[in-house]
Amino acid sequence: MSAAIELRGVEKSFGITSVIRNVNLTVAKGERHALIGPNGAGKSTLFNLISGYMVPTTGHIRLRNEVISGLPPYQINRRGLSRSFQVTNVFANMSVWENLRCAVLWAAGHRYTFWKNIDNLPEVRERTARILDDINLTARRDVPAGLLTYAEQRALEIGITVAGGAEVILLDEPTAGMSHAETERAVALIRRLTEGRTLLIVEHDMSVVFGLADRISVLVYGQIIASGTPEEIRSNSKVREAYLGEEAA
Amino acid sequence: MSELTSRVAPASSRAIEKFKFYGVWVAAAILLVVLPRMFGSGGSLTTFSLIGISIIFSLSYNILLGQTGMLSFGHAVYYGLGGFLAIHAINIIGFNKLPIPLPLVPLIGGLTGLLFAALLGWVSTQRAGTAFAMISLGIAELIASSALILRTFFGGEAGISANRTKLLRLFDWSFGPQIQIYYLVAAWTLLTVAAMYALTRTPLGRMCNAVRDNPERVQFVGYNPHVVRYLAFCFSGFFAGIAGALAAINFEIANSAYLGAGQSGSVLFATYIGGVGFFVGPIVGAIFVTVLSLGLSDLTQVWQLYFGLIFIAVVLYAPGGITGLVMMHRPVVKAGTLHKVLPSYVIAFVPTLAMIAGLMLAIETIVHYTVNPGDDSHIKAFGVSFDAASRYIWTMATTLLIGGFWLARKTWIWVGRAWDEANSGEREKGAAA
Repeated sequence: MSAAIELRGVEKSFGITSVIRNVNLTVAKGERHALIGPNGAGKSTLFNLISGYMVPTTGHIRLRNEVISGLPPYQINRRGLSRSFQVTNVFANMSVWENLRCAVLWAAGHRYTFWKNIDNLPEVRERTARILDDINLTARRDVPAGLLTYAEQRALEIGITVAGGAEVILLDEPTAGMSHAETERAVALIRRLTEGRTLLIVEHDMSVVFGLADRISVLVYGQIIASGTPEEIRSNSKVREAYLGEEAA
Repeated sequence: MSELTSRVAPASSRAIEKFKFYGVWVAAAILLVVLPRMFGSGGSLTTFSLIGISIIFSLSYNILLGQTGMLSFGHAVYYGLGGFLAIHAINIIGFNKLPIPLPLVPLIGGLTGLLFAALLGWVSTQRAGTAFAMISLGIAELIASSALILRTFFGGEAGISANRTKLLRLFDWSFGPQIQIYYLVAAWTLLTVAAMYALTRTPLGRMCNAVRDNPERVQFVGYNPHVVRYLAFCFSGFFAGIAGALAAINFEIANSAYLGAGQSGSVLFATYIGGVGFFVGPIVGAIFVTVLSLGLSDLTQVWQLYFGLIFIAVVLYAPGGITGLVMMHRPVVKAGTLHKVLPSYVIAFVPTLAMIAGLMLAIETIVHYTVNPGDDSHIKAFGVSFDAASRYIWTMATTLLIGGFWLARKTWIWVGRAWDEANSGEREKGAAA
């Protein structure tokens, strides 16, 4: 299987502090890959590097064999990679519908169009309605995103991320702060929406990780200490010592 | 899928919406035609023309402030350059007898605004927020000072004048009489307002709102926020240029005041007072500020001071502007609980008015003693004559100001309570349904 995302020798330092150290990571096309590790291990930084929010100090990042490190986020997004944020990052004053529609526009080929009425674009309307239905917010269509409940905002966050139809999806702690029931619903949603796509997910909830992921990578102090199937990770002594052991104790 | 989209907007309600939508535009057009028949004096025609120009300028400013979230302190640059180019164009067309009629001259102003926005905007729109505001201020100062240095183009302090009647005539309109200028301004106002409204409903228009709300996230849905801001800036410059050209045609002169900080400030002022959150906000603001500035300057010599106070009051107590205040009542009207709020307004209105009257009395007396201390103390402001030296007036001003303030504070708490009550009824209804 070919690689969807490939990181080779990626390092990131802020001044003298190095946050990501020599990371090599391959996410195969079509797999659900979870990134786990203790707080402060650099998971979100790694997401920021892959999505173009930050530029690696050294090393290369490839998206489907194209080097993307150094490109701005919007260029990377146009090449088919979309990410969500750990802290909800939506268009707060705009309605749920407008939020999703903004996420559909570029992918639908409308770019900076100023000569077409946005309400007369049937394929945009259909795609937006489909995503709205997928994330179960049809009843909240016209509510400003800032007034949604926390769980609804998290669902919208995922909706915005997948709306453009990107083939590679990065989700940063999508179930953080959710109740048990909400988490279950969110996982089902993620499973459904990422069907047939490549998923890289950061998650703290181990039941979510082991239930969802095909492969897992463990990041500790900016280094990947293990990468493998859930079974391999569960039985890896280094991982148990560095991470899972702490969790069990 | 068609089932889903039709559930979102049923066909019958869409037809009603469409009818309402076009109805508003037709009504506006009829109003513009009928207005001069109702108020035909030269003075009111000039006022209407100034309002029209101000509407275009304020709406163009709101493309930046309200739609894209960019606070500009130098929007008059594009207005002023549009005006100067229009004046030069009239002179050149008149001198060379070119076959270009006057109604097309605003387009030259618009293209000038667009050109300069395209040139100056690329750098300033790299960032929003403080960086953009500071760069806009710097550019405004640069252009305003060039206007006084480059005398051949800007005409120094006197400015450049032109004769608008010497151009190619259409339908035998000379554009000498103010009524013809009124119709010219009205037509351009209707046209540009429609165009700017249409712009808000395009993919670019919606992405402008997204950039305003969250420029960071915009990058992760495929858009470059810099390009969105830049395009918004260019459109804004284009419409500002049209407004400037219409102003130049109206006055038959363009001078450095067109480009100055005062002009940039007053458009910010009108837009904000009207309300940046709504498309009609700047229209309301332009009408309000134009009428008030023409009216107030007759009533008191410190009318700009009152403007400043109004602006501060709006920023502090009604950040949504006049339109925001009105629109705030829509849910209560819909819920039928407006009657719960109105009595509290009437009660709050009395002491608030007393406080304002006291403040005005105090301002006028203080102005008398600081600005014209040597003059007769019997002064007239807002059509009322009084003796600024009288101790009754001083006592009255103090009592009204302090007593009004004290009472007003109490009554506004009642207004808050009445609002809570009106909304709680609404909430219960929502829970029941």
